[in-house]
Formats: sequence, C-alpha cells, structure tokens
Amino acid sequence: MRKQRLKPVVFLVCLLPAVVLGWQLYVGLLGANPIDEVADSTGEWALRFLLITLLATPLRRRFGWGWTVRIRRMLGLYAFFYACIHLFTYLWLDQFFDWGEIWLDVLDRPFITVGMLAFVLLLPLAATSNHYMMRRLGRSWKRLHRLAYLVPALGVLHFWWLVKADVLEPIVYGAVLAVLLAYRIKAVRMVKTTAREGCTS
Amino acid sequence: MLIKTATDLNESDVTCYEIYRQRRRFLQSGIAIAGAAIGGSLLSRDASARLSLGSIKPGPFSSDEEKTPFEDVTSYNNFYEFGVDKSDPARNAHKLVTDPWSVTITGEVQKPGTCTLEDILKPHALEERIYRLRCVEGWSMVIPWIGFPLADLIKRFEPAAKAKYVEFETLYDRKQMPGQRRRVLDWPYREGLRMDEAMHPLTLIAVGLYGQVLPNQNGAPLRLVVPWKYGFKSIKSIVKIRFRATQPTSSWTKAAPKEYGFYSNVNPQVSHPRWSQKRERRIGEFRKRKTRMFNGYQEQVASLYTGMDLKKYF
Repeated sequence: MRKQRLKPVVFLVCLLPAVVLGWQLYVGLLGANPIDEVADSTGEWALRFLLITLLATPLRRRFGWGWTVRIRRMLGLYAFFYACIHLFTYLWLDQFFDWGEIWLDVLDRPFITVGMLAFVLLLPLAATSNHYMMRRLGRSWKRLHRLAYLVPALGVLHFWWLVKADVLEPIVYGAVLAVLLAYRIKAVRMVKTTAREGCTS
Repeated sequence: MLIKTATDLNESDVTCYEIYRQRRRFLQSGIAIAGAAIGGSLLSRDASARLSLGSIKPGPFSSDEEKTPFEDVTSYNNFYEFGVDKSDPARNAHKLVTDPWSVTITGEVQKPGTCTLEDILKPHALEERIYRLRCVEGWSMVIPWIGFPLADLIKRFEPAAKAKYVEFETLYDRKQMPGQRRRVLDWPYREGLRMDEAMHPLTLIAVGLYGQVLPNQNGAPLRLVVPWKYGFKSIKSIVKIRFRATQPTSSWTKAAPKEYGFYSNVNPQVSHPRWSQKRERRIGEFRKRKTRMFNGYQEQVASLYTGMDLKKYF
C-alpha cells in the first residue's frame, strides 16, 4: 500500500464498527434493548482498540513493519472515541445526566469506579497525542503515555466486575493483554542485558 | 434420557395419587391444552404455527399497562441453559424437547410421585394474567401469561405440616440445553419460595403467553411466574418440585450470595452491587421509569413480609 493511502484507509476501517452499529440501531437490528447493546458494543470496541494499539510495537519489532507505528496514534484515538460513546451512552441513556446518581454509582459500584478511572486516565493521553505536546513534554511524554498499559488493565477489570456469571470474555481480553505486557517486560530485560554486556566487553 | 427414574417402580408409585384418581373424570376439563402445548412448543419459533390453548378466561391482578410486544418477549431472554447472551435462548431453544415431559414431586408431601405434563395440567382451568416482569438487570416487560395459580397445583399433592419451603429444579440435559456444557452456574438451576409465597394467589404456573403455548425460550412447557420478585426467581422448564422443611439455596444465591438473596423481592431501596434498583427501562421505552416496591404488587404481598428487615433479607 502506498504511504499516503495507509492512514485514510485505516481511518475508515476503524470507523466501521461505529457505522455498522449506527446502521443496526437505525433499522432496528439491535433487539429489544438497543441502548444496552450500544453501551456493551462500544465498551468492547474501546477495549479492543486499546489492545490493538499495544500490538503496534511488537509487530514492528518482530516483523519490521514500520507502518504499524505510524497508525498507532490513530488507533489509540479510536479507543478514546469508542470510550467516549460508551461513557456518553451511560451518562445520557442510562442515567439521563442525573449527576447525583452517577456520583453514587462511581462510589458504590466498583466496576463503574474502575471504568470511570480508565476514562479519566485516557483524557491526558488523548490531549497530548499531537506533535506539539510531544515536543513540549519531551521525555515526560513517554512516561505519561505508559498509562496506555494501565488503562486496558482497568478496562478488563471493569468488564470482569460487570458480568454476572460468565467471565469467559473478560478472561480472553485479560489473556491478550497479559501476552502484550509480557512481551514488553521481556523486551526491556533484553535491552538491559544487552546494555550490560556492552559495558563489560 | 430426560428424567432419570428408578426402574423398580410400579405404575402407582410413578403416578401421583391425586392424578390417578382424577384420570376417570378428566373429560370435563380441557385436555386439548396439553396436546396443543406440546405441538406448539416444537414450532414455537415459527409465527405461522401459533397455536391456541383453548378457552382462556381473564384472571385477576392483571395490569392494564401496554404489553411488551410478543417479538421482544420471545427474543430477549435470560435463560443461561441456552447461552448467556439475550439472543441465545431464541436461537438455541428449539433443541429442547417438551414432549414427553414429566415433573417429579418429592419431599415433605403426602402424595409424591412423577406426573406427566398432561396430568399436571388437566384439572386446571387456564387464565390470562398480565403481569409486570422486572429483571434484576434493570429492565422490565409487561407479559400476558397463560397459566393457573401454583397454589392450586400444590394443594393437590397435600404438603405435610413440615413443608415450609418449595424448591424447583430446571431440566438438566446438556444435549438439549447447550448452555449447560459450560459451568456458568451450578446446574441444574434451582429456585425456591417460602410456602406462603408459593401459595399466594399472584404466584402462577405459566404454560403460555400471548394466548399461545409458551415458546421454549420462555421456559416451556411450564414455568413459575412470581411477579413481585426479580425475574430470575421465576424458574423455567421445571422438572422437579420438592417440599422442604429448610430454606433451599437458589442457583444465583450460590453463585454470588452477597448479590442475590433468597427473597429477591423487587425493591428500589435495596441496591444491588451492580445495578441501582431505583429505576428500570421498560423494554421499548426510551426514558427510564421508577421501580416500584414489590414491582407494584405491594398491596397484595407486603403483608407476607411484615416485620422483616428487607435490607437484611434481600
């Protein structure tokens, strides 16, 4: 694929779940309780995009695919986009902006506490996802963006605590996240080992 | 194998006494019901095959609220035996064979035994009861059930004085109920009621809805309907009724004792760890409505719980 075409194509592909969901909602394919369906679906897409974003670096290292890193920011922003719809569905269609109730929910219900925390932590990542902020923050930008490891972990926990009995899906997401994080721990160790060897030789 | 029964039983052991006696005078009652019940449930997904249950009189306690469309009532179901997604039961429930069907009555009761579905239904005149159904997950429906009071059924078996609780059990058969292949809950599904709750005139055994035989995904061929309790108390596809001196443990209580109590009465003041129970979304509506104490059946059932701390006995 030509370089200039990559981003528009990825942009449209990532938008597809939202388009499909909107179409299903419009023609009435979401069943008897479409609002819950929108909330569930957008929440899952947010989590999926968080995990896909974490896939960019391993793919580049393993296969030398530089393009994965070029679209990483867009993937991360899509995670934020789906998380926004997810949260907005809750605030509007579930709670109808009853802020007192929402606050009680955050305090009383651990899965909401964790979900809300995950969203709050996504905010600075989205806000600093441009070149200007990267330059301005310098090294601390990198440190700040390590939150990209914590947020999906909170997302998995949010999902885990939400389900009533069947934890299979949260387990699958958790396992994928564990593999992605394990890869990084291994990579860091290898870098350290190489560095040490470099000093002694 | 649907129901395991010991092979060394003779006919009178297997047939409950009450039924045995009544066999001779069954002609007065509408027997077409059972036949229709069985034929209909096999074809329940086919709208063109909607069968009638015969004569149904309107029963008491019916709500005049707008009924939830048939399509929603039969496609949005929590019936984990057929899968955990709401759409799974409608997709998978055709595997359930409701003919033959039998129900075993055991425990602290004068006339135990195993009754065929026909025997269970025969003496009862069917009535329509339009009840609200409130799910613990925060949604609700209004459903025109067809059935008869559980009390009338219980009386036939003459429970002993020791019987303080009734326990119900759903069919356990992994071939017919593919959801049971995974241990999401401790199968078979069990539910229970206090004797006075079971005998309450609101409590219904349902065999149909919307004037037709109960679709499999809604708990065919017979299920419980306890409208002032959260939906999961209304156990589906019943194969066993056990009268007990001690309080039974419901499947959901066993799975999460802090979340699902034995009583599980609809109560907007007692919040669930996952869902505030103050409001509910009536299926088909946009805004949420306020959840009512005992799901709006306070007048009928509040006296069952006089003096009880409903926060403690949630």
